[in-house]
Amino acid sequence: MTKNLRVKSGRFIDETYRVSFRFNGKTFYGFKGDTLASALLANNIHLVGRSFKYHRPRGIMTAGSEEPNAIVQLHKNSSRTEPNVRATEIEIYEGLEASSQNCWPSVNFDIGGINNFLSPFLPAGFYYKTFMWPASFWEKYEYFIRKSAGLGKSPTEPDPDIYEHKYIHCDVLVIGAGISGIIAAKTAAKNGLKTLLVDEKPYLGGSTIYQNSEHFKINNQTSSSWIEKEINEIKRIKNLEIKTRTSVAAFHGYNYLLARENLTDHLPLEQRNDNTRQRLLKIRAKKVISATGALERPLIFDNNDRPGILLSSAIEKYANLFGVACGEKNILFTNNDSAYETAISLFKKGINVETIIDNREEIDSKLIKEAEKNNIKIYKGYTVVNTSGYKRINKISIMQLSKDGQKVVGSKKTITCDCLGVSGGWTPAVHLFTQSGGKLKFRDEDQVFIPNIYPSDQISIGSCNGDFTLDEILLNIPKVLKEFLNVKKTDYENLEVHSSFNKSKRNIWLLPSDKIFGKTKSFVDYQNDATAKDIKLALREGFRSIEHVKRYTTTGMGTDQGKLGNMHALGIISETANSKMGELGTTTFRPPYTPLTFGTIVGRNVGEYFDVFRKTPIHEWHVQNKAEFENVGQWKRAWYYPKDGESMHEAVQRESKAARDSAGILDASTLGKIDIQGTDASEFLNRVYTNAWSKLAIGKCRYGLMLNEDGMVYDDGVTTRLDENHYIMTTTTGGAANVLGKLEDYLQTEWPELDVYLTSVTDHYATVSVCGPNSKKIVSQIIPDLDFSDENFPHMSFKNTKIGKIKCRIMRISFTGEHSYEINVQANFGKSVWEKCIEAGKEFNITPYGTETMHLLRAEKGFIIVGQDTDATMTPIDLQMEWIVSKKKYDFIGKRSLYRSDTIKEDRKQLVGLLTENPDEVLEEGAQIIADINQTPIEMLGHVTSSYYSPNLKKSIALGVVRGGKNMMGQKLIIPMENKKINVTVADPIFLDKENKRLNA
Amino acid sequence: MFVINCPYCGEREQSEFKAGGEAHLVRPKQPTELSDDEWAEYLFMRKNIKGIQFERWVHTHGCRKWFNMVRDTSNDKIKAIYKMGEKPPTK
Repeated sequence: MTKNLRVKSGRFIDETYRVSFRFNGKTFYGFKGDTLASALLANNIHLVGRSFKYHRPRGIMTAGSEEPNAIVQLHKNSSRTEPNVRATEIEIYEGLEASSQNCWPSVNFDIGGINNFLSPFLPAGFYYKTFMWPASFWEKYEYFIRKSAGLGKSPTEPDPDIYEHKYIHCDVLVIGAGISGIIAAKTAAKNGLKTLLVDEKPYLGGSTIYQNSEHFKINNQTSSSWIEKEINEIKRIKNLEIKTRTSVAAFHGYNYLLARENLTDHLPLEQRNDNTRQRLLKIRAKKVISATGALERPLIFDNNDRPGILLSSAIEKYANLFGVACGEKNILFTNNDSAYETAISLFKKGINVETIIDNREEIDSKLIKEAEKNNIKIYKGYTVVNTSGYKRINKISIMQLSKDGQKVVGSKKTITCDCLGVSGGWTPAVHLFTQSGGKLKFRDEDQVFIPNIYPSDQISIGSCNGDFTLDEILLNIPKVLKEFLNVKKTDYENLEVHSSFNKSKRNIWLLPSDKIFGKTKSFVDYQNDATAKDIKLALREGFRSIEHVKRYTTTGMGTDQGKLGNMHALGIISETANSKMGELGTTTFRPPYTPLTFGTIVGRNVGEYFDVFRKTPIHEWHVQNKAEFENVGQWKRAWYYPKDGESMHEAVQRESKAARDSAGILDASTLGKIDIQGTDASEFLNRVYTNAWSKLAIGKCRYGLMLNEDGMVYDDGVTTRLDENHYIMTTTTGGAANVLGKLEDYLQTEWPELDVYLTSVTDHYATVSVCGPNSKKIVSQIIPDLDFSDENFPHMSFKNTKIGKIKCRIMRISFTGEHSYEINVQANFGKSVWEKCIEAGKEFNITPYGTETMHLLRAEKGFIIVGQDTDATMTPIDLQMEWIVSKKKYDFIGKRSLYRSDTIKEDRKQLVGLLTENPDEVLEEGAQIIADINQTPIEMLGHVTSSYYSPNLKKSIALGVVRGGKNMMGQKLIIPMENKKINVTVADPIFLDKENKRLNA
Repeated sequence: MFVINCPYCGEREQSEFKAGGEAHLVRPKQPTELSDDEWAEYLFMRKNIKGIQFERWVHTHGCRKWFNMVRDTSNDKIKAIYKMGEKPPTK
């Protein structure tokens, strides 16, 4: 365990800078530049986690973002702890603390490991099949399943880190800074294009940066020294922005991309301070160049998941980049030349490679010759049939493949090892390309999907486009770039490229074994424990669509989204079902490419910045007077003003009584206000409201009801005629923006001939509403010059006047049924006018009231609230408001719909009043209304829409919608509640002052 | 997220706009003279084409002007944009 497997210096490791970190409670050391994975491997630790279903021991498998197994819980602290972090990506820092997931009590001894022995009884779909019945038991099962499911733990306290969003606009975005991306970025930038180059890793150069071998040369330099010069050069280009540790998460239409930039995750906690942790980049690029590279494929054979089994390319990267040997007795298993590159790299580092098992029988290339020269034993035409070693691989068994690759023949050989590198060839990373809507095509000769049809101005280059060898890349890219970027020349023509890589490959999706197939465990999806057997079972059970097989077996549904195994799943399906890979298609690649934190997604939009909130000009007064607030749309409205520890109910009762007995004052500034001008303004109102407007005299107000074209009530409010061609319309608070939008729509598209101008003035005015029998005395005190007599200033009229020097519009309109005035002043004067009214009203006990009291008062009068008593299925007739629908008008929005066969039905739900048998019992809003409790099934007649205890009537009152309610006056109905039933009587919805005497009191 | 070329303001992000459904449906001049079926045809029936669709958009968080768009719903390519009242492109 304590062995040190650090070999000759790795390229990116600073050996002078030792870093200590903790893993599963123990302290280890690594060097600056290490990833958690490389540091663990240097300490000879492979076992880092347990698999999801069988709890099999799992080790580090890759060296990149495609890692399925080595996912860890980071940080101990309950606000910063983060699950499913890939050990292969996280860079170590002093004090890093990581632990294994999905195991209990520890990764070395995991109780859940019993699932591995039960695995014959846990096939694909086990949970679906087993917990289906009896259905009533699900709730019991669920508890245990939920407990055992899930990877890692989420934080339980708010995230202390800062995240942000940033927009970037560029001419060219290059994704991936490997050799292809660097060439593309330099070419674009040197031709004057504003270019952004991003890469998920902390360094540039991709895998070329450590390709330091005689076998890969450009202009007679090793490819790594060649790329290093290129990197130095691009860093100096002004119009090229380079972002490392930046992973593109999503590629949407119109070249809109989202990327996560990691800013502080590699720093010790104490150095992060208040710096932004991660940034979500919202990139809009004119052109996108994908140079996302390729992912090495594993090979699918029995027990291919043990700790110590890695991708061959990962072993090479750990050796070259980090100076870490993954084992002391290494074996490579391959079907192509890549493993030989690894072998040669290891050899140069002094790391022992004993044997290479190659699926191919007849092979010959410079790389193979060199391996042979170095005394590596090569088994040609062989395959691994099994492995052993529970927590670390210790042996492999190999056998010869038959000519057709379907069987194994001959005798079995066993070889000991402590590390096995596998290489199944390469899969182009086309994830982002397909996210953008791109269509793939299947290339039969090496069994890969490559980009085919581009949906936007973008291109894929290099190995993500299926060009896997250095010579292909350097030959093709300059040509493609010149055309795509429309430039005359690049720096990359006539390069002298030398590559020893031979492209031959023997692709067998599922390698044969000497065991019967049913006894093998050949993992396709490592994280979710989906095996080749599960996939074949799904096909036997009748699943055909790749999307269905995926969901049934959970292949590709882990946090890694099956980056390694999805191709093999497809291959096994196509072989078993005898269909062609190209025709089978792939499962859908969805964003994000690698998981994003919620913090990154929400950015700064947290806490008080979650949404905009709007305050009235009088808001501060409400705060000072201890109002409770309620959200109405984006507005904060005073809800009620509790005094001396009053409950909401007590406050509302007091406020409601005061408003009827003496005087109340309400901040009505949030009501929508639309200024309407133009020679056709009257005609326009005629068309949008149900009632007639042409004859409304200047200086008069009128209540209007607005419908949708389907006849349903949309909004309501009072509109005042200020002048011949000038009106001010009020709308509901929540409906203001939509009403304006709807009116503009009609004006611009249906009635462009009308001379009408609309301006939203909601925020320009503050509105103070004073109501109650003493309202006239109060308002006339602050406006002594105005004649407040009913003759001069009757109900439903308006006056232009002044409060001191402040110009104001004052309307005598009422939403409470009381004598009342609405004073509109320029917003800046709102608070001072409010305070003047409070001052003047002192002797009348003027009582500020909030929205709750307003709702109660209007319910006493049976006035509707659009959106509370209506729900887009109510016509004015349903609301018993026939009086407001003009019979004479030729047309208005929604008129024709009021006599459709459906809207004239007698048994529609209609608004009625409801009185409880027990006057103290207050109904719950939303409660169902029925007639017969013994009926089965019980017919739901409607529901309660508004309900209050009225202090003025000293009884409970409610409004509700009831099927056929209009003709049920006096009828008894039932409100069934959880543990009681409440008897109610259908009543007139107007409970108080039906004759409207109070308006002129 | 599209980039939409508002005929009054120029290219803007889609988030500034709102879609308003099918275009070129003219509100009947005399709705009261229509049968229930005819009125329902105007009121409810909308095309939902995979392919070329004519639709209305409004620059809500901009000039607040309505305009028409021809969009291929299968790949979201915007084929044409023209002002209200202008004739739709024939090709």
